[in-house]
Amino acid sequence: MVLRYVYLHKRSLPRSLEIVFWPVMELFVWGFVAMHIRASAGDALAAMASSLINAMIFWDLLYRSQQGVSVSVVEDIWTQNIVNLLVSPLKIWEWMLATFLYGTLKTLLIVVILTALALAMYEFNLVSTLQFYLIPLGACLLLFGWALGLFTSALVIRWGHAAEALIWGVPFLIQPFSAIFYPVSALPEWLRPLALALPSTYVFEGMREVIRTGTMPLGHLAAAAVLDVVYFALAALFFAWMHRQARRSGRLGRLGVD
Amino acid sequence: MKSMRPENESGDLIVAKKLTKKYSDVVALDGLDLTLRRGEIVGLLGPNGAGKTTAIHMLVGLLEPTSGEASVLGMSPLRQRHEIAKRSNFSSAYVQLPSNLTVGENMRIYAMLYGVRDAKKKIAELLELFEIADLTKRATGKLSSGEKTRVNLAKCLLNDPELLLLDEPTASLDPEMADTVRKTLRGIQRDKGIGILYTSHNMPEVEELCNRILFIHEGRLVTQGTPVEVMKNFQSGNLEQVFIKIVRRGDFVVKA
Repeated sequence: MVLRYVYLHKRSLPRSLEIVFWPVMELFVWGFVAMHIRASAGDALAAMASSLINAMIFWDLLYRSQQGVSVSVVEDIWTQNIVNLLVSPLKIWEWMLATFLYGTLKTLLIVVILTALALAMYEFNLVSTLQFYLIPLGACLLLFGWALGLFTSALVIRWGHAAEALIWGVPFLIQPFSAIFYPVSALPEWLRPLALALPSTYVFEGMREVIRTGTMPLGHLAAAAVLDVVYFALAALFFAWMHRQARRSGRLGRLGVD
Repeated sequence: MKSMRPENESGDLIVAKKLTKKYSDVVALDGLDLTLRRGEIVGLLGPNGAGKTTAIHMLVGLLEPTSGEASVLGMSPLRQRHEIAKRSNFSSAYVQLPSNLTVGENMRIYAMLYGVRDAKKKIAELLELFEIADLTKRATGKLSSGEKTRVNLAKCLLNDPELLLLDEPTASLDPEMADTVRKTLRGIQRDKGIGILYTSHNMPEVEELCNRILFIHEGRLVTQGTPVEVMKNFQSGNLEQVFIKIVRRGDFVVKA
């Protein structure tokens, strides 16, 4: 199944370019904002400038991780191929695993490109800034992205085309509350519990702490990891439930046909 | 839905009893009894909305019945779908292979999904059989509807299935190619003893191809038997006349 998704890029230049186009454009915007802040405020806000670029790259990691799962599922609905898959020996967990792997490949490619561009254009080195913590922080975001991808895919399996807009909308529902470009303390008090219920919040808070002090609060990492496992498990159960509902309602056999 | 053992250990690929599907106040299928034996081609006929696709979807595990029992290759389509899928295959006029992949890529992907050994050789044989070997490198989306149908059928035979479920397989084919496909299916049925459940609106094709037919109308089984028996029961010269009589007059006869 990973091969099936990789084949899509072989002869479609727009599709291949699209992987990097939006992330690179976002990096340009946030990178220039960061440079402007650094130039205006000097060393005092240098850490903030670094945080913005880092946050942008990390946000893209989360977003692309979710998209990698959901768009792969919807791709097979759009091409009217999904029923062929659902009647083949392919198990649902195998299919989802393929979307995780394919999404990870795309995400890693994007992160490498953005990291190289950030270094070249803004003298920001993601690897030396986060050092070893890059891996566990990135892994936590990847897992949360998979959980969101499973959730949005489940909605599409159950409700078909009507739910497709949520694939692109759901990540932006959590974006304001994940403390991506600002700390949790910038949020009104009544919203902070919501922020603290998201694993992404701990990743971004931890990222800022590493940039500022060079050390990672392990409690943040642990909280992110535990919440990731919980969200992933809930998303998997939700997917199984929606799949069953779709099989009962007849939606499963009509995916891509209606 | 209960899992059933086949009634006849030596031959029944499909055994369905009182298969029913209800959606709120709509009865899509009402108590269908169906058997398909090894080496047999059974036609499932009826007008649009009769319940044919509903029946097939329940047999491939895409749809959960409201009540009734079904056994496919001696297994439950709901609980053992993957095992059944390894030994069967499905094609529908309403389902396509990914249009942005080439014929060769699609065949390769599905050969891998079905665990086909010596896939390259098998794919080459099937593309030759359906006269589409020259389309290997063409994107599936750029094929004519007839060519797409042939690719779908080629994909269907990748895993040398014991059972084929074909939902209007020749719908987009011209008469000459439809005849070629029918001959191919008959040849495979004869040589390999596979069972085929076949839906079609092409009555002459059904008369020619099917050993038995089941006619469904408004979710209920109206009649069944060999094409000759059914035509005799309805005092009609061909199945098209039977089809029209049933749909227009709602004729119901004792099942043959």
